[in-house]
Amino acid sequence: MKKTRIRSVLALGAALAIALLPLGSGPAAQGKTIKIATQSPLSGGQAALGEGIKLGTQLAVEKFKGNLEKAGFKVELVPYDDQAKPDVGVSNAKNIIADKAIMVVIGHLNSGVAIPSSEVYKEDTLAMISPANTNEKVTDRGYPNVNRVCGRDDVQGPVGAEFAAGTLKVKTAYVLHDKTTYGQGVAEAFKNDLEKKGVKIIGFEGTEEKSNFDPIITPIKAKNPELVYFGGIYDQGAPFFKQAREKGVKAKFLGPDGMDSSDFVKIGGKTVVGTYYTTAAAPASSPQAKQFGEDYKKKFGKNPEPYAAESYVATAIAIKALEEVTKGGKAPSREAVSAAIRKVKYAGMTGSIDFDDKGDPKKASYYVMQVTTDNPEKWSENKEAKRLAIAAPAMKK
Amino acid sequence: MDFALLVGIFPQVLLDGLLLGFMYALIALGYTMVYGVLEFINFAHSEIFIVGAFVGAEILLGLKNTGALETLPWALVLLGVMLAGMLASGLLAVSIERVAYRPLRAAPRLIPLISAIGMSFFLQDVIRLVESLWRNAFNLVYPTLEPLNERFELSSTIDVSAKSLVVIVVALLMLWGLHALVNRTKIGAAIRAVAEDQAAASLMGIDVNRIISLTFLIGGAMGGAAGVLFGVQYSLINPYTGFIPGLKAFTAAVLGGIGNIPGAMLGGIVLGLLEAFAASYMSLLTGGAFGAEYKDIFAFSVLILILIFRPKGLLGEVVRERA
Repeated sequence: MKKTRIRSVLALGAALAIALLPLGSGPAAQGKTIKIATQSPLSGGQAALGEGIKLGTQLAVEKFKGNLEKAGFKVELVPYDDQAKPDVGVSNAKNIIADKAIMVVIGHLNSGVAIPSSEVYKEDTLAMISPANTNEKVTDRGYPNVNRVCGRDDVQGPVGAEFAAGTLKVKTAYVLHDKTTYGQGVAEAFKNDLEKKGVKIIGFEGTEEKSNFDPIITPIKAKNPELVYFGGIYDQGAPFFKQAREKGVKAKFLGPDGMDSSDFVKIGGKTVVGTYYTTAAAPASSPQAKQFGEDYKKKFGKNPEPYAAESYVATAIAIKALEEVTKGGKAPSREAVSAAIRKVKYAGMTGSIDFDDKGDPKKASYYVMQVTTDNPEKWSENKEAKRLAIAAPAMKK
Repeated sequence: MDFALLVGIFPQVLLDGLLLGFMYALIALGYTMVYGVLEFINFAHSEIFIVGAFVGAEILLGLKNTGALETLPWALVLLGVMLAGMLASGLLAVSIERVAYRPLRAAPRLIPLISAIGMSFFLQDVIRLVESLWRNAFNLVYPTLEPLNERFELSSTIDVSAKSLVVIVVALLMLWGLHALVNRTKIGAAIRAVAEDQAAASLMGIDVNRIISLTFLIGGAMGGAAGVLFGVQYSLINPYTGFIPGLKAFTAAVLGGIGNIPGAMLGGIVLGLLEAFAASYMSLLTGGAFGAEYKDIFAFSVLILILIFRPKGLLGEVVRERA
């Protein structure tokens, strides 16, 4: 997701949104229906993760909508497919703000899509709670309507670095990234922090290659680093790690939460067992998370993908805020919902969440996980190698 | 700069480049065959290629589910899967020609070109639709044929996998076979005649439509075989995977002299080597200032230079054989 493209889409989106919006849109007109929208890729290479966001939200809506229904509201879920593309996300966002019954958006999967889309939501202070967007800029813009229940790349990178230098005690590392807002961002944060800790970075490269990693792997093998880091998503990371291992690279493998999908082992097979990844998604070991996993499996016939749990939590927070603003059966306004979300304190399976003044959780948990089996069905049984609770950095001026 | 490192990886990079080059060469054949006969670029060839890969993957997955994948000899499995991929891609190419190109044969040159681009997009989404209905999947992972993953260490710095050797051997066999077919058989003579002059060929009693269909069948089949080998080699395919290798192979065909079979092979290998060397050496030589992501820029700059000095491609003028 190239910066220039995002910028132009953003400008266009903002311009259109201003042009199309009636000034000072007040409280929702329809009143008696409250819609909760999801935006995530439901088709394409990351559909598995995107569908998890939709289904996690669906489960939470069904579980928690009771009070709102008692107060006389109909609660509906409206899923949108952003195809992991910024332009699609923005055009969906315009449809979403046009539908006055939509009070909150749960999404997106990709930071590169969430950032321009939330510019559109902001026009009407429509609340967005992100289950998965870890890029700093998502909340660092300080928008009153943008929140997330997950961690941040500028912390996730250092968490990886802390683990590599402190726990694995590597001396040399090779860093590759996918040149996206997300992948490059987290890779640079990782690299900078690792250098500070005295680990030698013997290579830092970006690539858009998806199939043939041979020419990249040959120099890596010759330089023989102790650790190889890939900043990106599993559909590129898994083939890269697989080919590297097959080609005889002996290093330990580490990646960010983009590797956190059962498809990672489906693609990589035995070669990627033992890979470490950092994630802001809680492992399915706590009792609450176990319960969620069972409910999810019963309802949808499959194990929850990463971020399904975060989506569930995000939705629970949204519904709590909605209950607050609809007290006495009064129709909610988007501004009121956005403001109420910031005040919610929620203790769920991903830890207790309350938001700081820019929409980050005051304290987020980060996990380093290790792949333990090549069976995709057992992805949720991956081993927790390290856990860190770190406060979000204060807003940069 | 570490001189020993630069020298040390040289043979391995050469091998990587050759392997990639043969892959491009196999795909490039489809472009070059069709161009030779119709002087028209079949942009849907990249999807014809990836359909072969998908058919191969489906058969392998089927065999894996029944457990036959472990028991059958790998060479037989690979041969069967390749034949199936070739058949599927070949027939697809023939039907595309029948539906999208033949009705436009009398139209200006640009019209079938646009039709081909449209066909390419159409096929990408058809594959996506079928796969998501059938498997609810976007990425398809090739089941591994264990013996093909074996690696041979030639020295401490060079090693080569069995599947890479298979790709190179199969590519050489197919290129040789195609060359022989076009130059030494009666069918080949008919193909060359149609390429030379359709009207005259038809006066000589050659069924031009049949020969054109045959050309698409052969070109498509080559693409299908390349697709299966691509899947075996790189193990992950999705409906859009074909696009980039297709574009590169098309470039390889132009580089070698489009319409020329040995040219497609040479062009593929030159492009593969350029890419491999650029990706492996750029960051080493520039101290990280230009990384592997510039490989295409480097490779294509060289291509532009070559085409400035040899506009008809490397072999475009030397050999006056079109097919």
